[in-house]
Amino acid sequence: MIEPSGMPHAVSPAEPMQPYWAKIVEIVREAPSVSTFWLQFVDKNLQDGYHFKAGQFNMLLVPGLGEVAISISSDMEEAGRISHTIRSIGNVTSTINRMNVGDVLGVRGPFGSWWTLEDCVGKDIVIAAGGIGLPPIRPVIYYVMNHRHDFGKVTVLYGARTPNDLQFTKEYQTWQDAGIEIQVTVDRGDETWDGRVGVVPILFYNTRLDPRNTVILTCGPEIMIRFVIFEALARRVPPERILVSLERNMKCGLGSCGHCQVGPYFVCKDGPVFSFDKLQPFVNVEEF
Amino acid sequence: MAEIQFSVGSTIALPKIGLEKLHANLLKMGYKVLGPQIQDGAIVYKPLDKIADLPRGYVSEQDAASYRLIYSGHRRYFDVTPGAQSWKQFFFPPFSELASLVREENGCWQAEEIEKDLTPLALFGVFPCDLAAIQVQDRIFLREEWKDPIYWSRRQSAFILAVDCLHPCGTGFCASMGTGPKANPGFDLRLTELEDVFLVEIGSEAGRMGMEGISILPTSAFWLQAAQKGLEDAITKMGRSLPDQQELPDLLLKNLDANQWDDVAQHCMSCSSCTQVCPTCFCWDTRDSAHLNGQTARRERVWDSCFNPDYSYIVGGSSRPNTRSRYRQWLTHKFGAWYAQFGTSGCVGCGRCITWCPAKIDVTAELRAIREEVQS
Repeated sequence: MIEPSGMPHAVSPAEPMQPYWAKIVEIVREAPSVSTFWLQFVDKNLQDGYHFKAGQFNMLLVPGLGEVAISISSDMEEAGRISHTIRSIGNVTSTINRMNVGDVLGVRGPFGSWWTLEDCVGKDIVIAAGGIGLPPIRPVIYYVMNHRHDFGKVTVLYGARTPNDLQFTKEYQTWQDAGIEIQVTVDRGDETWDGRVGVVPILFYNTRLDPRNTVILTCGPEIMIRFVIFEALARRVPPERILVSLERNMKCGLGSCGHCQVGPYFVCKDGPVFSFDKLQPFVNVEEF
Repeated sequence: MAEIQFSVGSTIALPKIGLEKLHANLLKMGYKVLGPQIQDGAIVYKPLDKIADLPRGYVSEQDAASYRLIYSGHRRYFDVTPGAQSWKQFFFPPFSELASLVREENGCWQAEEIEKDLTPLALFGVFPCDLAAIQVQDRIFLREEWKDPIYWSRRQSAFILAVDCLHPCGTGFCASMGTGPKANPGFDLRLTELEDVFLVEIGSEAGRMGMEGISILPTSAFWLQAAQKGLEDAITKMGRSLPDQQELPDLLLKNLDANQWDDVAQHCMSCSSCTQVCPTCFCWDTRDSAHLNGQTARRERVWDSCFNPDYSYIVGGSSRPNTRSRYRQWLTHKFGAWYAQFGTSGCVGCGRCITWCPAKIDVTAELRAIREEVQS
């Protein structure tokens, strides 16, 4: 548990913008332009003391180029290394995607709020993710697998643009074997695809859920999130049990640079994970 | 005359000639003294070499999109209210270096020592609105859990000579915001400038030391009364007002779809002037650059503005893609969300955003229009 007044492990309270260095120890190609980068802090003590909660993020620095906020996609109970699953989209993420094992990144973190798994114990979980919105929830899936008896029915609803863009496909069998149901859809199929075609919210139509005992976790494109929320509310899941992870422009992780604000919140500090009741006044306001 | 004893909390009278000695004392105490001066027809803050450089005898005429310095001919030092600049630039500089990195053989980067000039600053002539603005920024940059090192290193050693605002500007509304025309505590010395003397309130031990060895006079009932009257008159002379500002967070955050946002977007040019002159606006961006040899890199922090398209850029585009959404962000943050974030309004009523808006947008009028739209 992070003390509210304390600073994250790889952030100095005296120099909060100073990065710590981590080596890329393994790279796993997940999909076209998406790879998982396994990092290990150069300072072993820092690595040993580094802990995060599922849903938190790090600021990754490529010196001379810039810093990006990326969620941690690995198992929070795995010691010795952490992973970030990164889509090559801007200058910094594209550069990281051209890096090799042994290259070094600056890391600050972990920042932000997390999926409140402590409140999910005994409940059913529905994870609704789109595209690069799955990596920030993958730590939850690992946690559920490690503590399967703590939770009720767990369902993953996942969608990507095309079958090729689906991430972590090699792991689906393991997840299912651990008692996690997974439903997948794509926006556009190809000649090999015999699965569902359509957007993520349609997967709710195949899913029976008990609104009195279900927690929804969602992350992905904002338009998808809005419709997931719509489907969840239509099934009478209360707003407090719909957890949303938001993406915003971030430069600091400290609630200082101002970029990530949504109403009274700094998404980097008060988020990225919010329960929907907090966001309700703002989520459907166009361009807020 | 018997020697006058004074201590922290005392108010004494300082003959005008004593201002020179106070300036000299501050220099002797090791401060770099910064003060308002006229440069190219505007008031700027820069090192104050001598008292004669103060804009004595000047007043400013301010209205929406209009600012004029006028020589009035009287002999007061602190009649002219601030221009576009605020003291923000000294604690939260427009550019500052975050890191200078050198690549090592193992691929890691070594952070080089950044040279900082940490000479303590004495701010000579801080108007009440600007003192309040410094205190608002203190809440932003000096947190329980971390202190911004750039801000902290300059702020903690600074000496603040506050000056009550007896000739308020045409665009200010500090009385509505509770920040003026009398300076709230948080100063080392507070001056009230009367015709022949300054009344000086000692706010701290540093302030007391600044007054040492200067010929002073006991305050008289006449002067205290004159100061009181001056401050009361100042409230009525203020050009703008903003009634019921405590209700604004609710009003703004519950009316994000008001028609007034469309209306103001017709005038606003998203030029970011208001955020640059605002003494509390704190948003910043990072800039990274690398030497061509790939062995050294720099990180800089620069002022940013919620009016810049890049400010809210995420994959797929800016989340506030137009002037309407950006102006709404600015106003709802400044007068609304700021309370939830920092326990205070983000506005101190200095009026700069009104004076320096090239489109004559007046926040007090905008807020009034939203209130009227909602109530009608």
